[in-house]
Amino acid sequence: MEYISLITGFIMLMIGLWGILSQKNIIKIIIGFTIFDTAINIIIISIGYISGRTAPILDKAVPVKDAVTKIVDPIPQALVLTSIVISLGVTALMLAYALKLHKYKNTLEINKFKDLKW
Amino acid sequence: MVRKFLIFILIASFSVIFINLYQNFKGQDKLNDLSTYYAENEPQELGAQNLVTSIVVTYRGFDTLGEVTILFLAASIIGFFLKIKESDKQKKRDLRKTSEILETASKILVPLIFLLGVYVFANGHLTPGGGFQGGAIMASGMVLLLLANPEKNVKHSLFSGIESISGFTYVILGLLGIYFAYGFLDNRVLPLGQFGNIFSAGLIPLIYTFIGLKVGSELTNIVGNLKETQKETE
Amino acid sequence: MILNITAVFLCIAILVMAVIAVIHKKLVIAIIASGVVSLFASIIFLLLAAPDVAMTEAAIGSGLTTIIFFYVLNKIRKESNG
Repeated sequence: MEYISLITGFIMLMIGLWGILSQKNIIKIIIGFTIFDTAINIIIISIGYISGRTAPILDKAVPVKDAVTKIVDPIPQALVLTSIVISLGVTALMLAYALKLHKYKNTLEINKFKDLKW
Repeated sequence: MVRKFLIFILIASFSVIFINLYQNFKGQDKLNDLSTYYAENEPQELGAQNLVTSIVVTYRGFDTLGEVTILFLAASIIGFFLKIKESDKQKKRDLRKTSEILETASKILVPLIFLLGVYVFANGHLTPGGGFQGGAIMASGMVLLLLANPEKNVKHSLFSGIESISGFTYVILGLLGIYFAYGFLDNRVLPLGQFGNIFSAGLIPLIYTFIGLKVGSELTNIVGNLKETQKETE
Repeated sequence: MILNITAVFLCIAILVMAVIAVIHKKLVIAIIASGVVSLFASIIFLLLAAPDVAMTEAAIGSGLTTIIFFYVLNKIRKESNG
């Protein structure tokens, strides 16, 4: 399981990177960033997975005394939890900038924005 | 042409790195030392069933505080950038009438979605879920409400108020830990209670409730700001 | 075993949707495809024994992100047309 999801994460990361670098439309670039985010989250979670074990919740299925042998690693999950929420904030911020850019130049082509080029 | 070639070289070199990483990856077969410590000592120390919740709220509480701050900054920058004129806000748009199914369903579903959100963040220490998930669920309930009544605006003053009060209370609850327990954001201010009950794990459910309110109102503010730009005139 | 087969199918679906999201000319279809990528990724998280992350990804990644993309797209279209 962890091998399948790890290789998916790597391929998805490259698809996202290719989208960021090769697309011309700003909205498409932002979509590339969201795919990149999801790919990194999948990679982190699959590194913490241990095959044959269950979620880190100590209820009836996982008695407290043999929790160490029955749960997967909880720390990557806690990190990814915060990362997903931040990725929504960053995506919304990028979209707000895209709206502003479109308002001033009336285009979304990244090649038309040359103000900082010299 | 040169650009495409450069992109190709970059992707190819990344793929070489990833193939090496994948070949050297061996699935773990046991927990590492830190996770072992958490799994062994967490029930006696903090008393929360859900290990992820205890790590997010207490063991790594500073991370969560910083994360909530980043989200607040993003929301306020979006509000600053997308500010529109007060006269535009009150304007009517000639939209197609919302379908009756959506209107009726939103009246029934929105209270239920809010109830689910409250359930998710009040039970964050027992079952999967918690403040971030509950806040996101409540924000999606608000989105359903906005889709059913497209002329209504989000009341930004109300949500900013909820957001700042809950953020303030979160920090105050963290400071209580310094005086009555062993450090900032310590949850042992209240008694730990019986393991597995809803009133257990000290301050964790309280802190997670305030995080949930804060995250939910911030996400609602972001969506509301982006919605109001639809009414802006050139 | 059955879980592994499910994971393989989900991963293939994710990769196809990611390629569609990056290369499709119509922005609406690209945005929907990126939402579907998030939704399938949340099922992958569930199979990897991370229910907390799966809930967050389903609510935020595929719900709220898609809706804010559509608000921005609608505004941009209106500005371009007149």
